[in-house]
Amino acid sequence: MNENINQQEISLEALQRKDKAAFAQLVAQNSDHIYRLALKMLGNPQDAEDILQETFIKAFNNIDGFEGRSKVSTWLYRIAVNESLSLLRKRKDNLTSIDASFETDDGDILPRQIIDWCCLPERELISDEARHYITEAIDTLSDANRATFLLRDVEGLSTREAAKVLDISESAVKVRLMRARMQLRESLTDFFANKLAKESA
Amino acid sequence: MNHEHDHQTQQHNHEHSHDYGHDHQLPCKDILTNLNAYIDGELDNALCRDIETHIKSCPNCRIVVNTLKKTIQLYQMDGQETTLPDEARHRLMTRLDLDDYVAKE
Repeated sequence: MNENINQQEISLEALQRKDKAAFAQLVAQNSDHIYRLALKMLGNPQDAEDILQETFIKAFNNIDGFEGRSKVSTWLYRIAVNESLSLLRKRKDNLTSIDASFETDDGDILPRQIIDWCCLPERELISDEARHYITEAIDTLSDANRATFLLRDVEGLSTREAAKVLDISESAVKVRLMRARMQLRESLTDFFANKLAKESA
Repeated sequence: MNHEHDHQTQQHNHEHSHDYGHDHQLPCKDILTNLNAYIDGELDNALCRDIETHIKSCPNCRIVVNTLKKTIQLYQMDGQETTLPDEARHRLMTRLDLDDYVAKE
């Protein structure tokens, strides 16, 4: 997936002298990625659009301080993730009744259900109902694990790049990714096992 | 397929749960430990071969590996279909005062 690997290099020097053409190129190359990440983090198109705009405004205002030790796209992801997490924290502050134990996905990673739903026909795996469930299932991950999964598996960042974006160690990225993947596998198994039962009934 | 049986935990579902791993070169827990690296193609060849040998003879691990790969694939497909709507792209360019560059994208 990682289309930005093949992206044309944008001159950091041009960005830092606020060259509009260079900045427009940066936006063109990264806006789909940033929007997708924000949408999957927040589950709401309007919030995702706000985060997208904030990310590029902050990038434009702070490009002088960017030292080029990572790719610009990694830096943009970092701004977008931080903005998204900040918005999620604000949302939770407004929900005073929410229980701290709500995020319970930091348990073990042992598989709970062993059901082979890969044999389901493609139409079942990509039906509108399945896609809706797939979208909702990702919201059950903790914010930290969701961000890690999106960066690694949907955006295609390396473990090292994801660690830079999230400002955590590479081993922490691996642990979070494993938990996220296994939890999503269980969620999808819940859903597709029912479909499998109906298929074979 | 016996779903009632399948819904049980891996430990109880595994026919050889009491001698977990005795009939394989690697025990199942080693498969889990290396699952991420295996799926991401980051394991050395020898360990990769050991895991492939194991999952050929262990249906439970094979199902976990296959459903995990499928899970990731479904999220990748979902991600590929998510793009910034044109109206939102135009609003972004306006907000950034880059309207002049919209046509050049």
